[in-house]
Amino acid sequence: MIKSFRGGVHPKDNKSATARKPIETAPLPEVAVIPMRQHIGAASVPIVKKGDLVKKGQVIGEADGFVSSNVHASISGQVIDVGSHPHPIFGKCEAVVISSDGKDEWQEGLPLTRNWEELDAAQLLKIISDAGIVGMGGATFPTHVKSTLQKDKHVDLLILNAAECEPYLTADHRMMLEEGPRIVTGVKIAMKVLGVERCLVGIEDNKKDAIKKMTDAFSGLPVEVVALPTKYPQGAEKMLINAVSGRIIPSGGLPMDVGVVVQNVGTVAAICDAVTQGIPLIERVTTVSGGSIKDPKNIRVRIGTPFREAIEFCDGFLTRPEKIIMGGPMMGMAEPSIDIPIIKGVSGILAIAKGEANTGKEASCIRCGRCVNACPMGLNPSMLSILSERGLYEEAKADYGLFDCAECGSCVFACPAKRNIVQYVKYSKAQNAAAKLKENRG
Amino acid sequence: MVDTTMNDKIFNVSMSPHIRDNQSIAKIMWTVIIALTPAALFSAFNFGYRVLIVLLIGMGSAVLFEYLTQKIRKKTITIGDGSACLTGLLLAMCLPPTIPFYMPAVGSFIAIVIAKHAMGGLGFNIFNPAHIGRAALMISWPVAMTTWSKMTTGVDVVSTATPLNILKQQGYQKLIETFGSAPDMYQALFLGTRNGSIGETSTVLLLLGGGFLIYKKYINWQVPVVMVGTVGILTWVFGPAGLFTGDPLFHMMAGGLIIGAFFMATDMVTIPITIKGQVIFALGAGILTVLIRLKGGYPEGVCYSILLMNSITPLIDRFVQPVRFGLRGEAK
Repeated sequence: MIKSFRGGVHPKDNKSATARKPIETAPLPEVAVIPMRQHIGAASVPIVKKGDLVKKGQVIGEADGFVSSNVHASISGQVIDVGSHPHPIFGKCEAVVISSDGKDEWQEGLPLTRNWEELDAAQLLKIISDAGIVGMGGATFPTHVKSTLQKDKHVDLLILNAAECEPYLTADHRMMLEEGPRIVTGVKIAMKVLGVERCLVGIEDNKKDAIKKMTDAFSGLPVEVVALPTKYPQGAEKMLINAVSGRIIPSGGLPMDVGVVVQNVGTVAAICDAVTQGIPLIERVTTVSGGSIKDPKNIRVRIGTPFREAIEFCDGFLTRPEKIIMGGPMMGMAEPSIDIPIIKGVSGILAIAKGEANTGKEASCIRCGRCVNACPMGLNPSMLSILSERGLYEEAKADYGLFDCAECGSCVFACPAKRNIVQYVKYSKAQNAAAKLKENRG
Repeated sequence: MVDTTMNDKIFNVSMSPHIRDNQSIAKIMWTVIIALTPAALFSAFNFGYRVLIVLLIGMGSAVLFEYLTQKIRKKTITIGDGSACLTGLLLAMCLPPTIPFYMPAVGSFIAIVIAKHAMGGLGFNIFNPAHIGRAALMISWPVAMTTWSKMTTGVDVVSTATPLNILKQQGYQKLIETFGSAPDMYQALFLGTRNGSIGETSTVLLLLGGGFLIYKKYINWQVPVVMVGTVGILTWVFGPAGLFTGDPLFHMMAGGLIIGAFFMATDMVTIPITIKGQVIFALGAGILTVLIRLKGGYPEGVCYSILLMNSITPLIDRFVQPVRFGLRGEAK
């Protein structure tokens, strides 16, 4: 039986531009801008100052509390500024700016060799936490928080999210083909941290080679690779868990409520590096693609490298892009400029050409029902957008499941009237949050 | 040379998703018009070139009224999206071939200006505009709306009344006699060599067009199947000579049922948004159609049954909502 979920859409996957291209290592940035907010939670606190000399792998920002994460120097060199700099998500954010000395020297003692099997779960969790690892699929939730078991929840299953359902992106795909051992070790460590005996790997069936590679790599382990139909948003947490394990997260719930923790391919690879070699999260694999990129590639790039340099490494623009996107085209964020740093959650850099996006002028809803059929959460996106337009935010929340919306964008993709439903939903959510705040203040 | 200098201007930062399907309102509307074309052209062949003029007046005046309304209200002109043209075409296809030329224009005025734009324009109208136009003409000029011509082609010229008229006024036996035999009648209904409104005569061509729309996923097959099926079952059960003596085949192909079920009861603006809701809508429309045909004063009831169901569409939508993920199924 082919496992999947209700709803969803079939955008053209556009992965062929990079799916067969091995990962290339991008040159070191001359100047790395490393923001203190690269994760969900509190911003890190910079512990270096202007003029300091830093080595690769050295902590430059310390986690501020539990739901936060360390930030490390991604190159060796001198700190030339600690201050507000452009950020792909927040516009501006405090960042440590390092001017490269070109030597790319490791912090003393790194990399090391460590036999992880001798360590217990608590020690492993500490290493993961210190290494600044966050969810690398794009959500950037600190991995140590996700892996810390809550008292009243019993977790018995790890799911590796290798669906990579966003069009254009092939970074996870290439990592599975090229870096199997890293992923396998990372999964084994993640399972030990959680104390689970079983892992399911969900891969979309447009990556047949990766399914085969992973099946071979995991043979003999209590890990099962599940081929999933290619359908967006197959990699959305709730849809993925439902498809591979049959479990349904209740409305408003988290994966842990059904005994599951989900990790992304890049995340487990980072866990492997951190635990076996002591290497913190200072680089990632990302896909640079889109109709406006001359030579699309999968690149291994240091955190803090400007988008511009990554794009230059791919021979620059073919045509002037309509949009620059951080992440995938369905849920990624449009960027006003390419002079912004790559952060831990950048799963892709896309330069979308004019005419590539089928955009159009927004019209009023003709109630065709395509959004309702596309919504994997079983919502009525048409109604949510109309309620938002009319300012009925409370009704959207109470009667139409506003907060169930994961903003996957399937409805907008399907809409013939080109309505910006996700935008309406985000606005309604913000209005509800504001109303709640006001209420709490009395 | 590496060129990343094309960013002299700021890039577009609109909200995700950044790619869309290649669908549009215009694509849907024009496709429906194409699906109706074979039945419309066949009618012109059957009833004569006069029909073409009626169709063109219907479409042309609908587009003109949309243009004028939007111009006067200083709104964006959207005549290119095909929805006004489609309304005009559907309206004209619901009129008798002998209709005076000014009537389709009056109908279009009522459909576009009153039923559509006074309600807020495309997407906000409660009732199917074409059917409102037809209903208004029916009330205003009942004679003109029920005067039927002889067909001009000469093949199997039947009578100057529609089959449903004959059934209502003279009974089932007379109906069969008019056509010669039951198989002859079915054939005439299926192929369209019978009397009736411009667009409703040829079952086969309407099925072809409807099938095309189902194939293109612009309409859900459940709607026409449930509506036509309901009419078939109920007319068979409640036959003229007691229970289970009716002629479902006749009722399913007669009158405006096929065009109504495939092209009017599937008008996305005026029907429920969920498939479940649409099935309820189609079921209700089917029941009302049979009620009017068998018990009402009119020989045909498709138009009014769909309009009546239109009026409870918001109610259906309120109670029949999609099943939310994770709301009920906590099953592990």
